[in-house]
Amino acid sequence: MLEPRTVVVVGHGMVGHRFVESLRRRDTEGAWRVVVLAEESRPAYDRVALSSYVGEATEDDLALADDEFHADGLVELHLDDPAVAVDRSARRVTTRRGRAVDYDELVLATGSVPFVPPVPGHDLDGVFVYRTLDDLDGLRAAAETATADAGAGRRSGVVVGGGLLGLEAANALRQLGLSPHVVEMAPRLMPVQVDDAGGALLYRLVSDLGLRVHTGVSTSSIARDHRGGLTVTLSDGTELDASVVVFSAGIRPADALAREIGLDVGERGGVLVDERCRTTDEHVWAIGEVAAVRGRTYGLVAPGYAMAEVVAGRLAGDDAEARFTEADLSTKLKLLGVDVASFGDAHATTAGALEVRLDDPVTGTYSKLVVSDDARTLLGGVLVGDASNYETLRGFLGAELPGDPMSLIAPAGEGAVGVGIDALPDGAQICSCNAVTKGALVDAIASGEATTVPQLKACTRAGTTCGSCVPTLGKVLASCGVEVSKALCEHFAQSRAELYEIVLATGLATFSEILAAYGTGHGCDVCKPAVASMLATLAGGHVLDGESATLQDTNDHALANMQRNGTYSVVPRLPGGEVTGEGLIAIGEVARDFGLYTKITGGQRIDMFGARLDDLPRIWKRLVDAGFESGHAYGKALRTVKSCVGTDWCRYGVQDSVGLAVALELRYRGLRSPHKLKSGVSGCARECAEARSKDFGIIATEHGWNLYVGGNGGFTPRHAELLASDLDTGTLVRTIDRYLMFYVRTADRLQRTAPWIESLEGGIDHLREVVIEDSLGICASLDEQMARHVRSYADEWAAVLDDPDKLARFTSFVNAPGTPDPTIEFVDHLGRRVPAGMKEGQPTDLGSLGFDTTPAPTRIAGPTIPVGAPA
Amino acid sequence: MTTYADVRHHPDGSTDGAEAKDPRPEPTAPVTPPATDGWTRICPLERLTPERGVCALVGGEPVAVFRTRDDELYALHNLDPFSGASVLSRGIVGDLGGTPVVASPLYKQHFALDSGVALEDDSVAVATYPVRVVDGVVEIGSA
Repeated sequence: MLEPRTVVVVGHGMVGHRFVESLRRRDTEGAWRVVVLAEESRPAYDRVALSSYVGEATEDDLALADDEFHADGLVELHLDDPAVAVDRSARRVTTRRGRAVDYDELVLATGSVPFVPPVPGHDLDGVFVYRTLDDLDGLRAAAETATADAGAGRRSGVVVGGGLLGLEAANALRQLGLSPHVVEMAPRLMPVQVDDAGGALLYRLVSDLGLRVHTGVSTSSIARDHRGGLTVTLSDGTELDASVVVFSAGIRPADALAREIGLDVGERGGVLVDERCRTTDEHVWAIGEVAAVRGRTYGLVAPGYAMAEVVAGRLAGDDAEARFTEADLSTKLKLLGVDVASFGDAHATTAGALEVRLDDPVTGTYSKLVVSDDARTLLGGVLVGDASNYETLRGFLGAELPGDPMSLIAPAGEGAVGVGIDALPDGAQICSCNAVTKGALVDAIASGEATTVPQLKACTRAGTTCGSCVPTLGKVLASCGVEVSKALCEHFAQSRAELYEIVLATGLATFSEILAAYGTGHGCDVCKPAVASMLATLAGGHVLDGESATLQDTNDHALANMQRNGTYSVVPRLPGGEVTGEGLIAIGEVARDFGLYTKITGGQRIDMFGARLDDLPRIWKRLVDAGFESGHAYGKALRTVKSCVGTDWCRYGVQDSVGLAVALELRYRGLRSPHKLKSGVSGCARECAEARSKDFGIIATEHGWNLYVGGNGGFTPRHAELLASDLDTGTLVRTIDRYLMFYVRTADRLQRTAPWIESLEGGIDHLREVVIEDSLGICASLDEQMARHVRSYADEWAAVLDDPDKLARFTSFVNAPGTPDPTIEFVDHLGRRVPAGMKEGQPTDLGSLGFDTTPAPTRIAGPTIPVGAPA
Repeated sequence: MTTYADVRHHPDGSTDGAEAKDPRPEPTAPVTPPATDGWTRICPLERLTPERGVCALVGGEPVAVFRTRDDELYALHNLDPFSGASVLSRGIVGDLGGTPVVASPLYKQHFALDSGVALEDDSVAVATYPVRVVDGVVEIGSA
């Protein structure tokens, strides 16, 4: 095999990273070795989501490089070591630390630098730019100092620049506790994206949110005042007091290296490249914000990604003719909760273009479509206040409209046609971040590759960057006729969530009544346990009471987990994983006396296997007497809250993780849910309890608790996402209460929290709005429901032991009680007691592979340690 | 008869042996019911909960007996042919497409209660048994 050639990538920002990912994906033969030289000390991160870093997002949340990237033997990443010189004739790059790397091809992806106008005072302490995580760390520290200061006048910040980035920065200041001023030279906010009318509405909407906006003025000077703060003087003479000033007045291509090594640059900066993204040197390429494609630079990520794909395709050879021809300059964002979108020829610069506007000051929405002179072709548009139509409208760019333009933006219900996905042409771009067209999505669906939104994301990469098109993906699926029936089963046409709402609203308390009123037939093994679970949280009562007993799966019916030979396993609850010596002895005696195989579970409990149905009451009588209660290992219910030892023992712990885990496990024990629920509490950021793999995980911080939700191990591992941070214990518990009850109400049957959150339109943001901001107005009801659960909890096993009718079920043969089931036999395999005579799954014979499989007697008896008698 | 409360509390909190008193009530049905005319008496009808099954020993074989919502009785061999475990009596009873079925509690295949045929694979079936009620007592015939 040929020695791989070397491509050196200068810069590890979003576009540089995309290039490496794309090349590695295309280059299946391993023909290229990639060396990335990064200026920042961090690997690439999502700069588009930079503002979320001052909120709840962590560095990890923003990271773009996954484990696969870091483990890739053909990718070398050098952080904090930017290229400083290039010898183009020798094709060698030298870095700041003196590293020399020979290249076959060189890709410049250095991005851009913030433009700071040379006003007096621009270099004072307290003046920032808004580009990197380091910038934000500095800003955060300054804001913390300022907000800690009692002087109220200093708690404001000035943002110079009222464009997209400026408003992002203003939002960041607001989140940091400062009240922001925004200074914009143009007569309106976001002058590039919106028109005057849209800008006027935006001005009103953000002013309502507490931003003070100064348009049509520039910044004359910044000076230190006598109290240590800053005074910003505007061109109209206005003086603003500020503790911090942020410049976000535009960007300039970071083309210094290119200039130094003699590459041609554009009139307004940027490395000149052709449509192949190739510079004047045929072995040097430029992509992203540093590239001036035929003289024009682009400050958005989507065109940068498109350039990365062009160069990757050419180097890998799988798309050797790729060209960067058209840039999608569409923008959609939510600024301070205000939707703003702009696409195509937003300013109607095309000759003869017509504008159709709808300005509704009452609802606070503004929509404008720019159409061709015959009003048939959509050329562009601006949406402020409500951008829900953005994806579909953008799909029509350059295409013939299905109807009167006004009907596309008219509010629903007033003769509006609305825009259907069906009407979109195949060439319409649905995902602009990854340049995925409707046609590509339809192909993936037609070939059977994707029948769900997550599959569609995986095979087309649509919706994997900013995620704004994810709801549209669902609509494309639906328009292709892929409609996953929501019906619970043949007996109920409703989805689980719909049925839950019905039961909640009607108060029906038995399956028979619900079936008679809303279903057909007799029910089945799908709807019966699903309804049983709903009734458990809505009507309460013991799971084996009355008709409920007939609805339960065998595990819930036996209050134990059926194993493959029809015997059961038994798991007593050990809240937080705590157990006393006495408790261990009691469990050990039960295991010994009933001949149970014993194993420690992943959830910090003890599982005892091989119990016959007849033995369960006697086993549980012993366990209940010893102070144990049901662990609900058999139920779609809370399983365990795992914990590390926290501040009790650990020198790193910052909070009492065990105490919280025990309290949470006791609070939510017995809560029946659409699927099992697992939790974990870690006492510090080292995360020994693996809380981020749980349905709800809690990690201690210096200031309280961070709550992560939607984690999963199993088939589809998923890290839990941060829902809220630095919560006090009361707020934490209330937030978990609501999260769990909202899940119980709205998830599908057997849907774990991870896919549930992914299925929510708006994902974790929507969840946060519901459970923290109470956007649906249901929090009081969720709180009440959880309070009722906590009040009414009783140990299911203790209740069975007290009830002869329930006990009667634990009999192998109704006509021969006490006769053991003759089909159940065990054999000893290498010291383990396992089911005998089964059709499948013989124990692995490691002995034949040369392993020593002799059971070690010391493991059973334990080594003898001489212990002196107490003095 | 010892009540449950008598055996539940141990004076010293210690555990007793596996032979501890079973907390269940004494059996009310005869332990080994005699076969009469090829029919085996199982239990009083009221011992069967509608929409649930029990297991009985009939001629040494485990037999699952079900009572459905409309008060029909069915009996199938208890051995689940897909798993080899004696568990069908512990499955959920219901109907699919109008056919009364039990779902195996292990891998969830459905068996028609009237024919014993697996809905997922009609080459697989479990034996069925005749059931009758005589003087309020459920009896099972031979397969």
